[in-house]
Amino acid sequence: MSNGSKVSTGREPLIRIVKREYNNKLIPGLIRAGALILSIIAGGLFIWAMGFNPFEAYKSIIRGALVGSARDPMSSIRSTIDIFVPLCVTALGLSCAFKMKFWNIGGEGQIIMGGVFATFFALNYPQIPRPLMLLIMLIAGAVGGALMALIPALFKVKFGTNETLFTLMLNYIAIYIVKYLIAGPWQRTPGFASIGKLDKNTYLYEINRQNIGWIAVIIVVLFVYFYLYKTKSGYEVSVVGESQATARYAGMNIRKIIIKTMLISGAICGIVGMIKVSSNHTLTEGIGGGVGFAAITVAWLSQLNPFIIPIVSAIISILQKGSTVMQMNMGISSYAADVLQGIILFCFLGSEFFVRYSLVFNLRIKEAK
Amino acid sequence: MTNTTYAIELKNICKNFGSVAANKNVSLNVKYGEILALLGENGSGKTTLMNMLSGIYHPDSGEIWIDGKHTVINSPKDSFKLKIGMIHQHFKLVDVFTAAENIIMGTEGFVGSSKKAAEKIKEIADGFGFSIDPNKKVYDMSVGEKQTVEIIKVLYRGARILILDEPTAVLTPQETEKLFKVLDNMRKDGCAIIIITHKLNEVMAISDRVTVLRKGETVATVDTKTTDIRKLTELMVGRPVELKIDRPETERSAEPMFFVKDLCVRNEEDVFALKNVSFELYGGEILGVAGVAGSGQRELCETIAGLMQAESGEITYKGENILHKSPAEIIDLGISMSFIPEDRLGMGLVASMDIADNMLLKSYKKSKGLVINRKPSRELAEKLVKRLEIVTPSIKTPVSRLSGGNVQKVLIGREIESNPNILITAYPVRGLDINSSFTIYNLLNEQKAKGVAVLYIGEDLDVILELCDRVMVLCHGEVMGIVDPRKVTKEDIGLMMLGNKLEKEGGAENE
Repeated sequence: MSNGSKVSTGREPLIRIVKREYNNKLIPGLIRAGALILSIIAGGLFIWAMGFNPFEAYKSIIRGALVGSARDPMSSIRSTIDIFVPLCVTALGLSCAFKMKFWNIGGEGQIIMGGVFATFFALNYPQIPRPLMLLIMLIAGAVGGALMALIPALFKVKFGTNETLFTLMLNYIAIYIVKYLIAGPWQRTPGFASIGKLDKNTYLYEINRQNIGWIAVIIVVLFVYFYLYKTKSGYEVSVVGESQATARYAGMNIRKIIIKTMLISGAICGIVGMIKVSSNHTLTEGIGGGVGFAAITVAWLSQLNPFIIPIVSAIISILQKGSTVMQMNMGISSYAADVLQGIILFCFLGSEFFVRYSLVFNLRIKEAK
Repeated sequence: MTNTTYAIELKNICKNFGSVAANKNVSLNVKYGEILALLGENGSGKTTLMNMLSGIYHPDSGEIWIDGKHTVINSPKDSFKLKIGMIHQHFKLVDVFTAAENIIMGTEGFVGSSKKAAEKIKEIADGFGFSIDPNKKVYDMSVGEKQTVEIIKVLYRGARILILDEPTAVLTPQETEKLFKVLDNMRKDGCAIIIITHKLNEVMAISDRVTVLRKGETVATVDTKTTDIRKLTELMVGRPVELKIDRPETERSAEPMFFVKDLCVRNEEDVFALKNVSFELYGGEILGVAGVAGSGQRELCETIAGLMQAESGEITYKGENILHKSPAEIIDLGISMSFIPEDRLGMGLVASMDIADNMLLKSYKKSKGLVINRKPSRELAEKLVKRLEIVTPSIKTPVSRLSGGNVQKVLIGREIESNPNILITAYPVRGLDINSSFTIYNLLNEQKAKGVAVLYIGEDLDVILELCDRVMVLCHGEVMGIVDPRKVTKEDIGLMMLGNKLEKEGGAENE
């Protein structure tokens, strides 16, 4: 029956991929720390290859992000915090939707609409006293973001539309709405697409010349943690995210949960828009500035953990602020700074593979003659 | 090749998944012209072992010898070249293709020359005694026919070593018999066959030798002629086991608790999954539901639980039609469904959550306020772990890390703790070892004694016949009859499963 010829047998593979199973949290932590170190080394090699001193470059980043000028030592930290707050709060907002496996890519648009709603009150009712004005703007911002998030949520539960595309497209609609407003009804000086400076009583309060936007970070971190892990609604979000079939089986109203969660997610992003308007003292078409997208990366790098999100946001903000300074001081092109960021992200995302799987090298090759 | 060389010889195979040893020094062999039964409880490593032969996994250590040669199998393609053919539990066929198209797909000569292929298929079918219509589309086929296509597919590609993974799980007794005849013909033709199963009577009926695995290790290899079911069970479990399932006589309620009348349900493909299904369920009884997989069992469960919309009919509970109630309202009525689909964790449990959080799934709404109170669920989890002997590092372990049996215990335990009036349980012992299965049977009997109406959807006819008070047989979504399991044989039920209606409707039902 068998023709007796040699059967083709492959050699033992050199490397095999095996799924990891462990119970302690130390190993993943070590792997991620290793990724950070690796990314610093790889980034350093890159800078060195371009003909710069990597140590100088890193020093320049750290100093640029954290150490200001002699006259105003806090100036750098202030601008780093201004990058950090929107990024962190947006990531927290998105993580609520992501926990439900609802791919809210519309953070950008939700920020913009939050800013637009807040600006509406700032422009039209400048006579309102400052504390009340800020409260109204805050609520308006939250409502603006929530409404923007409500649209894809409604279409999802009614028609089963794909939320990824839907939220992504809405970003562009939001950008065009701002463009229209600042060049149309809200234009200050004819010929300039700008609404000009807002009235003083729409500005955020400042402590030590630092606006109080960071308070939002603390409140939102606690809120998101409490909401997702301690409330019934948060429990429902986790179940829906894991398996809609199970949620239905448990008698959950999935539509309601999706809408509720998206309202919260959008409201948090909308608050970012308000903070932006209130700290920039104006509304521009660049109000989102890509934060809605960068926050997606932050949320996933933090594995949606509301306490890790501030840490990752801080690292990214330091890198962003610091690299602009590095650019100026050392004359390294701004694209090089982007490459550096790319290397860090690559190492971090790549490390997730090693967190989940390990490679087994075949040490038995010699044995098998 | 001479007959003294083994078709397959495994020597000291070890395979670990993380810290878990799935196979530990497993050795077995099978000759051409022989059927070897690979017997073991679930989780004993049978499937892992076979996956190494088909190139899906790679052993950590140990040797695989095929036709007397030391070989390394890196991929299913390698395994193919070695003339090993595996028939999986879940068929891998293209629905819209015909039998012949499925069989020749992916082989040389796939394009053109279909006439030649049809001849070859016919030759194989006639040679081994298959009955097959090469031009029938797969979606028109019964489960048994699909399996036939799978088997011919591997034979067409020249397989001489066949591995069948629980081939009879989806077959009626009649289809099983047919399959065994075919396997016998293959054996006579000189094929080497490994059949994985945990049904002991089938082992006795078909195999020449039996290799028993327990907890990943080979316990023994025995000649089928010299052994019996009792001995095999002892080898499999590791100690003597009482194989009789209890059916305590209980007082059943005078009036039915629950009526289903003329229930018609269309499934996702808009085909009738249930057609005029009517039955009554009394308190204090276990009503078994038998049927070939896909006869409407899932739809029945989901319709009762409010997850699926019925087209017409009635489901009456306490004088109220519950047909258009939401799942939440039905849960509040005390109708509890522990439905375990094929992937076990798909519905009913949240895989990434721990046992305690899974306890919350149906009860979290009852606690007052916005905040969730996790204390009762933790206590309940502790209690269940102790009472049902759930093996877990702690109640904080995600249920996805538990073995199948323990997952089932978590699920059924939670449902029973909710003090249901009606308990619907589908395949509660699927994937469970004998010991755990008996724990589940006892739990169900306990519920029955408490006056709960239990609907038991099962796949093992032997179990249904021993455990249930009445048995309803479904075929293509229709009720073929409701019988008294004490008065019918397995073959009677098998005929009904194939679509033969009980002649005297309900004759055996009322004693």
